[in-house]
Amino acid sequence: MSEKILLQMKNIHKSFPGVKALLGVDLELRTGEVHALLGENGAGKSTLIKVLGGIYIAEEGDIFIDGQKVIIDGVNTSHANGISIIHQELVLVPHMTVAENIFLGREPGKGGWINHEAMEKEAQQLLDDYHMNIDAEALVKNLTIAQQQMVEIVKAISYNSRILVMDEPTSSISDKEVEFLFKTMRALTNKGVGIIYISHKMDELEQICDRVTVLRDGAFVGTEVVKDTTRDKLIAMMVGRELTKYYTRDYLEPGEVVLKCENIADGKMVKGASFELRKGEIIGFAGLVGAGRSEAIKCIFGLTPGSTGNIYVEGREVKIKSPVDAMKYGIALVPEDRKQEGLFKVQTVRFNSTIEVLKSFIKGIWVDSKKEEMITQEYIDMMDTRTPTQEQLMGNLSGGNQQKVMIGRWLATTPKILILDEPTRGVDVGAKSEIYGIMNELVKDGMSIIMISSELPEILNMSDRVYVMCDGRITGCFSHEECVTQEEIMKLAAK
Amino acid sequence: MTTRLQKNIKQYLKDNIGIIGALLILCIFLSIFPKTSGAFLTHKNMFNVLRQISSNLFLACGMTMVIILGGIDLSVGSIIALSGCVAAGCVARYNLPIFAAIIIGILIGMAVGMMNGVVISKTTIPPFIVTLATMNVAKGLAYVYTGGSPVRVVTKAWQFLGAGYIGGVPTPVILLVFVLIITAVIMNKTKLGRHIYAVGGNAQAAKFSGISTARVKLLVHTYSGIMAGLAGVVLASRMYSGQPTAGDGAEMDAIAAVVVGGTSMAGGSGKIGGTIIGGLIIGVLNNGLNLMNVNSFWQYVVKGIVILLAVFIDYLRNKKKD
Repeated sequence: MSEKILLQMKNIHKSFPGVKALLGVDLELRTGEVHALLGENGAGKSTLIKVLGGIYIAEEGDIFIDGQKVIIDGVNTSHANGISIIHQELVLVPHMTVAENIFLGREPGKGGWINHEAMEKEAQQLLDDYHMNIDAEALVKNLTIAQQQMVEIVKAISYNSRILVMDEPTSSISDKEVEFLFKTMRALTNKGVGIIYISHKMDELEQICDRVTVLRDGAFVGTEVVKDTTRDKLIAMMVGRELTKYYTRDYLEPGEVVLKCENIADGKMVKGASFELRKGEIIGFAGLVGAGRSEAIKCIFGLTPGSTGNIYVEGREVKIKSPVDAMKYGIALVPEDRKQEGLFKVQTVRFNSTIEVLKSFIKGIWVDSKKEEMITQEYIDMMDTRTPTQEQLMGNLSGGNQQKVMIGRWLATTPKILILDEPTRGVDVGAKSEIYGIMNELVKDGMSIIMISSELPEILNMSDRVYVMCDGRITGCFSHEECVTQEEIMKLAAK
Repeated sequence: MTTRLQKNIKQYLKDNIGIIGALLILCIFLSIFPKTSGAFLTHKNMFNVLRQISSNLFLACGMTMVIILGGIDLSVGSIIALSGCVAAGCVARYNLPIFAAIIIGILIGMAVGMMNGVVISKTTIPPFIVTLATMNVAKGLAYVYTGGSPVRVVTKAWQFLGAGYIGGVPTPVILLVFVLIITAVIMNKTKLGRHIYAVGGNAQAAKFSGISTARVKLLVHTYSGIMAGLAGVVLASRMYSGQPTAGDGAEMDAIAAVVVGGTSMAGGSGKIGGTIIGGLIIGVLNNGLNLMNVNSFWQYVVKGIVILLAVFIDYLRNKKKD
């Protein structure tokens, strides 16, 4: 790493409807440096990268390359300024060949024509140069995920960029390929390329990065030199938010075991998870995105065909093959992504509230509208959902109130076990606090709750016991009396 | 170079083995079936089949691109009526030169296609809805222009495009070969072609690679409009008149040719080479049913079953591969 500053992003602001994603973030990259970008999920890393890549336009702030101010207003200007990005989500076209993907948008050839032979030859050359055993003419959809990720990497490198951004490039490749990736990165930095590297994996950062910038809640926390700092310090910077007073939790002695899961596995993300849940207890699942928490829950709720493991409800072994089975045993799941997996946005609050309990007011072709209204009102009152009428469209409610309707919908099934996957994501602080209060009331009434959350303060303040998951396995379990710290949990979650 | 060509041909046969087989079986059946064996394999009938399928394949060329893009174009049948009527009117009513009338007909198709393209690329309104609307607009305009009755053209030279011959080969067949080559070249040899597959296969990847998805959509829908305009003019020439009822349901035959040809409605994959076979199957089938004097009501039933069968076989083949 030299002292020469290659890229500077200053005071970058970006907001989306309802969310301030970046609040004045600074980033400085030197030539030949690998610079890590660190932060919890939702801290703003990917947003910052997309501003640099011309996919989002910042509302405020300046970008300098070699000290010259540049305007990046699209993908092409970003490329023209020598920036290329490996995005977190794979962005390859499945039906096209490896060569076509590598040269997508800048195919060799004069005018509008493509020179196929040159393209295939160049692509094969690139793949061979990096010793990748991939055929340039193979269709991308026939490659493994790891191979696809390697193609993404080759594609990004082939732009001959001076600034290369890698957003979690190692999320689905094996150790051998990681080693190879690092070798490639070192070769590039020796040539003066600056690399911005996003990863949750602490040991990777220590291995490859020179400096690290930490973001939290869209704000700049600080930049550190990796070899002069400690893992604990970085984690503290990442999670350092004040523990506020808005949690309500009365810890009572939990009852007998209501749910016991042994060796839950789905053959992919979940590799044998065992845990138990008692009556009147909240257990929290901590871990990073991709640790397999939501996937484990989906196995229990009958959403993953072919999943294995034993499930016992109230001491009896049960087979859960579908959500209908799960509901029969008194299990309810409020999914992680309410927009994709739960919400009927263009339907009314009433429709959304009662969709799981249609049986209780529809007999044959007779719809008991009075009963439907009563059920809806009961849960609006219970959850204190703020909606002008039952006929309000779901899409018009705030995130917090949408989430309350979602939870109410599942409470209407009168479950014994309620699973909440990221219950407060996209929910503002006031509504969050109310949701915690409702959770507390529910467990006091004898319900049992499993909560998955990426927000550690929420996990620590609401759970009787915390399970930590990493790479499809449970890597730790703490009771709330042990008073574990966020840092201890992060150590088990980020390996 | 030859190895590359050989490889491409091999790949083509491998990809389309199912439908090529179906076409061959159909042809062999028609050549030996007593009722049709006399008429089917004649030189005259072959040209007749090709002449008849040319309009459908013009549409199918544009439709292949549109469907690979992940969209659909329902307006092409109505464009046939509108462009055919106006082109015929140019000759019959305004005494314009035939060449000018042909160009005007094609330009009308282009204009409607462009309109589709502008709305589809600038908004998120689904192509199905946009082209459903322009389908009605174009059809309505054709009726308004003609008052509901055909525009007859008595000028003899007008028939050249649709009913004439060049060196013993029907003019529309020569045009068709020309159009197929252009379409195949666009799809396989140009950057635009790659970008069509990319936008249809993964719009986000295309965007992240700096491709203007709006431009690709606009160009493709414009091309589809041009193809429909051409089909309209050729049909009006073959029928010696522009008819507001021409092209009724033609969009469905075009979609059938594309889908039978192996292009996925989900977008991102498909080949013009498959569409050609798809169009031939539908054309030969129509011809065979006519030669057998099958009641035209039953022809629909048979055609429907054949389309379903062809797509079903393709589905089985793909399922096995996965």
